[in-house]
Amino acid sequence: MDFLVPQSLPPIATYRVMNAEGKVQDENRAPPDVADEQVLEWYKNMLTVNILDTIMSEAQRQGRLSFYMVSAGEEGIMVGSAAALGPDDIITCQYRETGVFKQRGYTLKDFMSQLLHNKNDPGKGRNMPCHYSGRLKTGHAVASTLGTQIPHAMGAGYAMKLADRESGTQSPRVAVAYFGDGAASEGDFHGALNMAAVREAPVIFICRNNGFAISTPTTEQYRGDGIASRGIGYGIETLRVDGTDIFAVYEATKEARRRALRDGGRPVLLEMMSYRISHHSTSDDSFAYRSQAEVDPWKTRDNPIARLKKWLENKGLWSDELDKQTRTQIRRDILTELKAAEREKKPPLSSVFDDVYAEYSEEQEAQRRELRRLMEKYPEEYDADDYEGGLKGL
Amino acid sequence: MSQGCRSLRIVASRSRAAVRSYASLATPATRKLNVPIDFGKTPLLHHSSKTIPQTPELPQGGSTTRLNLCQAVNEGLRTALREDNKVLCFGEDVAFGGVFRCTVNLQSEFGPDRVFNTPITEQGIVGAAIGMAAEGAKPVVEIQFADYVFPAFDQIVNEASKFRYREGSTGANLAGMVIRMPCGGVGHGALYHTQSPESLFCHVPGFKVVVPRSPSQAKGLLLSAILESKDPVIFMEPKILYRAAVEEVPDELYTLPLCKAEVLKPGADLTIISYGRPLYNCLAAIEAAEKTAPGTSIELIDLRTIYPWDRETILNSVRKTGRAIVVHESMVNYGVGSEIAATIQEQALLSLEAPVKRLGGFTTHTGLAWEKFIFPDITSEFAVPTSICDFGF
Repeated sequence: MDFLVPQSLPPIATYRVMNAEGKVQDENRAPPDVADEQVLEWYKNMLTVNILDTIMSEAQRQGRLSFYMVSAGEEGIMVGSAAALGPDDIITCQYRETGVFKQRGYTLKDFMSQLLHNKNDPGKGRNMPCHYSGRLKTGHAVASTLGTQIPHAMGAGYAMKLADRESGTQSPRVAVAYFGDGAASEGDFHGALNMAAVREAPVIFICRNNGFAISTPTTEQYRGDGIASRGIGYGIETLRVDGTDIFAVYEATKEARRRALRDGGRPVLLEMMSYRISHHSTSDDSFAYRSQAEVDPWKTRDNPIARLKKWLENKGLWSDELDKQTRTQIRRDILTELKAAEREKKPPLSSVFDDVYAEYSEEQEAQRRELRRLMEKYPEEYDADDYEGGLKGL
Repeated sequence: MSQGCRSLRIVASRSRAAVRSYASLATPATRKLNVPIDFGKTPLLHHSSKTIPQTPELPQGGSTTRLNLCQAVNEGLRTALREDNKVLCFGEDVAFGGVFRCTVNLQSEFGPDRVFNTPITEQGIVGAAIGMAAEGAKPVVEIQFADYVFPAFDQIVNEASKFRYREGSTGANLAGMVIRMPCGGVGHGALYHTQSPESLFCHVPGFKVVVPRSPSQAKGLLLSAILESKDPVIFMEPKILYRAAVEEVPDELYTLPLCKAEVLKPGADLTIISYGRPLYNCLAAIEAAEKTAPGTSIELIDLRTIYPWDRETILNSVRKTGRAIVVHESMVNYGVGSEIAATIQEQALLSLEAPVKRLGGFTTHTGLAWEKFIFPDITSEFAVPTSICDFGF
């Protein structure tokens, strides 16, 4: 009677390319197959996200925006994985994927427009900050609900598989679902992975295991060997990756994409190991449940940005001086865009009612007229001027 | 109008004496109202293709086939799958034809990539459908019983309904997504095979909630939901009618408009608003009431789309008749009737000659042995028009 005892099994290995000194760990393997220009772009994108996080967290504390979520420590996961995807691949996100949007073409203006929900926000001011949208660059708008996007990616992958096969010209696409280790406890995770395997959907499930779900450490989230160990149970090819090593992330995602598209499609699971350096959000003080001593090593030694910087320096592509200049420039650019975004009008007032349905129902039309009647009757009680077109925009 | 209702009241007094006599006899053999609906004769169904022109929007002059409700759903799905290869059909047990046979032969005709079984996971089914619809597919998914839609409630309410709104200017949406589910009492379904959760979904904007009353309505409304609606649709099929309701159904592809009610029977004295299975009881009750009080004329309206609902048709009717009753099978508390009654009193108060009456299931769970006492029946639907016409006299 040989029970399988989880604790007696060896833990799933973690794929790594670059060590903490910024050198390729396996001296016998070829260097990463990435052009230096591309790596520099990755580095600048990670830097941009990191500095954006610092500035916007401070701006939130100043009351300039209502909410913000930092992705410190996880920049390598976002930028590295996004770099390995195709431009037409569909992405569904959780909320800490700022680096994905950056790598896929979001500009500082795009970020600011959403964070301050001004008239340039594609989400028309409806979503909390950090809930980015804009289909051409990102796929689905980010929603606050945890785990719900995971089966969406499964369905998107399946639909694209049928459509791409039918079209003959469209090069095959994958869908990607990003989620945290906490979200993996939701029932949607189970439904999605099981269905993706059974329906052979070309989906890459990317779990950011950063050790915490707000205050809940992974020891209170699961008792198995992380999220990767679950992939096998669903019949899904799985890899655990060092999330602070951008080359490992990139290579793993690239290979996952190749496998996901092989033989008509299949799901792949990647568990990216990292650590959430920052507080969960601007509504959280993480030192209420963990110590500074626990955080520090991840800030310095096992940090994706610091690691890639070493790699670049080792190759003679970067220096402290250049780093300083670049950070200063990024910071200046961010502040410029922040101020510009703050000067813009908010979206037109019709955004209250538009897009609930494709067309207004008769009832919505009546409600829109009622709101306008109120605002016309009591103009001093509403600040219509903040919105594009004022009352005419309703 | 007044004259008709007065005479209804007078005759009702006499019928009370008859009721006393009935009670003393105490034998079901004397039952006059709560007798089974004769689906072979009810005017709600097109027993011959000759009556099809009486229903607005049904195609005229083409060939028809005699179908029951589940066969009409099957035809609707087949027609959609043929019309657009983006249409997909999946859920639990749909591959072999479905537990109510609504998907018979669809997999053999359209293949296992478009018609397929899923693992048993309602939230997975709806979540996957959202992802598919976002990429332009038209997933028509089945939740095997309406009672089991609740595991998908988060996906429906937090995701499907808000998808277009939160995507904003990119215009991404879920047109073509339909969630079908058998609903309603069936005599012996007890707690988990009788529910009608439409009022829960009507409190959420972003999708349409549709309930057909008959085979020809089901086919047309379903095709409209799949092929024409720009918003996702929740399509609830009264399962007691799957085999009971049989009529001639046009063979061609046709759609019936969503968000539009249909006046089934014009009347001048009272408006009864209902949808789905209760319409059959309503019509039987109306026939009994009009026989009891000659000269009384009651209007019957099928809501068809429960939300967004056709306020104009209902309000016009009530302004004409001055009285309204809303009938639905699900619980009366916070039911569909509440929304309709509130809107009528708000928009048509000056026309009302009696309070708006709601007739819904009693506020209890559908215990196995108790269904027949809980849901509105012909007797309760007869009693309410009688009592509402008494008001004020």
